[in-house]
Amino acid sequence: MITTLIRYFNLTFLTLLILVMLSFGLAYFFPGDPIINLMGTNKLDSQPFLMLSSQQTNIFMQFWYYVQALLAGEWGVSFATGKPLYQDIMRLLPATLELSIYAVTIALILGIPLGFLAGMNYHKKIDNIFMSSSMIMYSFPVFWLALLLILLISLQAQWLPMSGRLSLLFNVPHYSGFILVDILVSDIENKRFAFNNAVQHLILPTLSVSFIAFAVFLRATRRSVADVLETQYIKSAQTRGLPGKTIFFRHVLRNALLPVLPILAVQISTLVTNVMIVETIFSWPGIGDWLIQAIYERDYPAIRTGMLLVSVVVVIITMSLECISQLIDPTRDRFAYARR
Amino acid sequence: MSELANRLISFNYTARLRLLVIFFVAIFVALSTGCTDSSISGTAPAGVIYCSESNPSYFNPQLDTSSTTADVSAHQIYSRLLEFDPSTGRIKPGLASSWLVSDDGLTYTFQLRRNVKFHQTDYFTPSRNFNADDVIFSFQRWLNDDHPYHDVNDATYPYFSSLNLAHTIASIDRINGYRIEIKLFQRDSSFLANLATDFAVILSQQYGEYLMLTKQPERIDFYPIGTGPFRFDEYQKNQFIRLLPHLQYWKSVPLTEQLIYDITPSSSIRFAKLRTGECDSIAYPSQAEITIMQADPNIVVQEAPGLNVGFWAFNTAKPPFDQADVRRGLALAIDKNSILDAVYFNSASRARSLIPPSSWAYNNDIKEINYNPMRARELLDKAGIAKGFRMTIWAMPVVRAYNPDALRMAQLIKSYLAAVDIDATIVTYDWNTFRDKLNQGEHDSVLIGWSADNGDPDNFYRPLLSCDAIPSGTNRAMWCNPEFDALVNSAIKISNEDKRAILYAKANNMIAKEIPLLPIAHANRYQVKNAALQGFSINPYGSIRFEGVTKTVPLPTPSMTSSTVVVNDEVRP
Repeated sequence: MITTLIRYFNLTFLTLLILVMLSFGLAYFFPGDPIINLMGTNKLDSQPFLMLSSQQTNIFMQFWYYVQALLAGEWGVSFATGKPLYQDIMRLLPATLELSIYAVTIALILGIPLGFLAGMNYHKKIDNIFMSSSMIMYSFPVFWLALLLILLISLQAQWLPMSGRLSLLFNVPHYSGFILVDILVSDIENKRFAFNNAVQHLILPTLSVSFIAFAVFLRATRRSVADVLETQYIKSAQTRGLPGKTIFFRHVLRNALLPVLPILAVQISTLVTNVMIVETIFSWPGIGDWLIQAIYERDYPAIRTGMLLVSVVVVIITMSLECISQLIDPTRDRFAYARR
Repeated sequence: MSELANRLISFNYTARLRLLVIFFVAIFVALSTGCTDSSISGTAPAGVIYCSESNPSYFNPQLDTSSTTADVSAHQIYSRLLEFDPSTGRIKPGLASSWLVSDDGLTYTFQLRRNVKFHQTDYFTPSRNFNADDVIFSFQRWLNDDHPYHDVNDATYPYFSSLNLAHTIASIDRINGYRIEIKLFQRDSSFLANLATDFAVILSQQYGEYLMLTKQPERIDFYPIGTGPFRFDEYQKNQFIRLLPHLQYWKSVPLTEQLIYDITPSSSIRFAKLRTGECDSIAYPSQAEITIMQADPNIVVQEAPGLNVGFWAFNTAKPPFDQADVRRGLALAIDKNSILDAVYFNSASRARSLIPPSSWAYNNDIKEINYNPMRARELLDKAGIAKGFRMTIWAMPVVRAYNPDALRMAQLIKSYLAAVDIDATIVTYDWNTFRDKLNQGEHDSVLIGWSADNGDPDNFYRPLLSCDAIPSGTNRAMWCNPEFDALVNSAIKISNEDKRAILYAKANNMIAKEIPLLPIAHANRYQVKNAALQGFSINPYGSIRFEGVTKTVPLPTPSMTSSTVVVNDEVRP
């Protein structure tokens, strides 16, 4: 177990190092002065920055000071606004995380039980219905779905709002960046109303993002349940006369869930991409909307930092999910067999 | 295999299905009660949301002529010495309660209003009221190259430099705390009108000093302090601007509890948000959308004749367009009425002269050119324009009120010209290149227009057709006629409107005779709003105003409440 942890830690560390190197290299590929491309200005006065911009430092030392600056939260300033990127990102990142977390939760809560239902009824009517409908859901382009939801639910029926996180009339002080949490801890009037309003704003973007993820989880769970039911140990458990309930909870459930966790890890990057698209369509003030704006405006420091941050989040989540799934299911470790 | 599965599980298929259904129904019920129970929890906060089209460059219209900047700051955050009366266009008192013009027209004395308070915000607390020092500070900033704030934020003061105001004003002097005197080098009857435009705002001198002391002068244009009806609260780029009411505003008008600019660059999304009620009013509704909005009972479309003109200008510096007969021939060949129908969709009136009929300088007796292709060909033959003559029509690439679709207009004109055997080519570039190339005079003719900044007719004549306007890039006809220049220059030296009107009538007739440009249409201005918005009207002179705008909120609660804060300070002269 320790070896697995160390191996994953090394892997994550190396991947992150390569990402940081890439982001550092980008500043040299963009047109203009690399230091300005990197930090957005030449007027910062923090220690690592001064060393970074000094004429004497060679490129390797520069990289070292760049890493120091990153770790110190000195991420440079945006070309477009002249404001520190760290503040901007810390304000926007929770909005993106909030949307992603709710979307994944809904996809898991709905996808896995329905996947079990389909898997238990392998090649029966209910399974076929689930399979064909999830195929349709899976092939829906996310931007089209988002627009369709806006058109039908916001514009035609006028049930739910079509953009933003909260009606701009509410002035909720920034606390955690998670809008629902912020509303609950704030002491504004009409707290309950603000909460409802925020939930209303959440529904459509969350649905759009969770749509595809739901289909993926449903299909994966159904496949693995069907596979588990085919195995010898289920058959033997049955011949030993164990009650069906015990077989289901002791043997089917646990073994069928094991392959779902790595799939969640693989889905993270797709999910992040979809969240960014959805953010742009619903004017959700998150990192995706902000990053796309930065690309329009050739705001190199913002592009670099946003890219780095999003990839770091994806790498860390993916790696930890893989690591966890390997810890609870050692059979997935191909080196373990070799050592045996 | 599935039979095996079925036998395995003790509870049968229907029971399982029922459990699942109950589970999901429970989730959905929980979700939907969470989000639709609005009746139990009171009301949303009051306020007005305006969906604007872009981010302002500054919060100070002195620095930028873009309407995005002016819409946020000019009438919300700041006040001016003088204001335009929206219905008549005449000048009325603003921060100056009265003024006096000397007999020679060179000295203007302004009496300033007392007890006018500047905004108190979390970044600045003023300790004194508005007085003459603030006026001098605000004017010297753009007037005086040596003023400490002149170069702050690399300001260029485009409006004032386009009118050359810095060379019109000889001095600005403080007579006492509430009286100032401005001396001019020469008479300028449009001077007062220029002080009433969006751009002649009054900043706080005390705030300027404070920022200099704390060594952050650049904040003056981003964290504004003014005397207007709203104070700045928060701005998130690409997201929103929040303004709060200035409770000690010097006018006694109702103000909404908060004014929010929801920055929404896409026109179709602004329209959608207006329909869903997420915006109370939107910037730049498109012509096609207006017809749909008119059918919506919750949306009110306001319409007013605009102070603008769309025209077809000939490059008179380039032969053969230097001959009046050629220009007349081309003008006769096109049918303005069908262009009006096809391009403006009944949202414009036919232009007979440079200035719209609502202006006091408009005269009815102008000889207008009527569609006559036969006569057109005769004139062109006489001027030696052979059949198959090739020329270019430049069509501007952007949408403006005065010309919503220049490309379509160019295509129509091209087909009319083909009927008199002239082969026209349509040329267009991106907007900045287009204007650069126009300034260099590369065009034969161009479809463009002009929107006035103030109610004075001089705002049309001098920028569009005077010799001085050729280098500054607003005289698209490249037309320089000393006789015309003399006429419009003498007109601004007279203050009597009737006498000026006679001179402008002469100028109109001169344009109708020489045809350096063919006026096509005066487009109407549109403003759309939610029906619940009260006191919101079109400001024909400049940018949008939210002073006095309130929203009645139809709520589940029985009474219709008006969400306003009434300013308790009375107006003191």
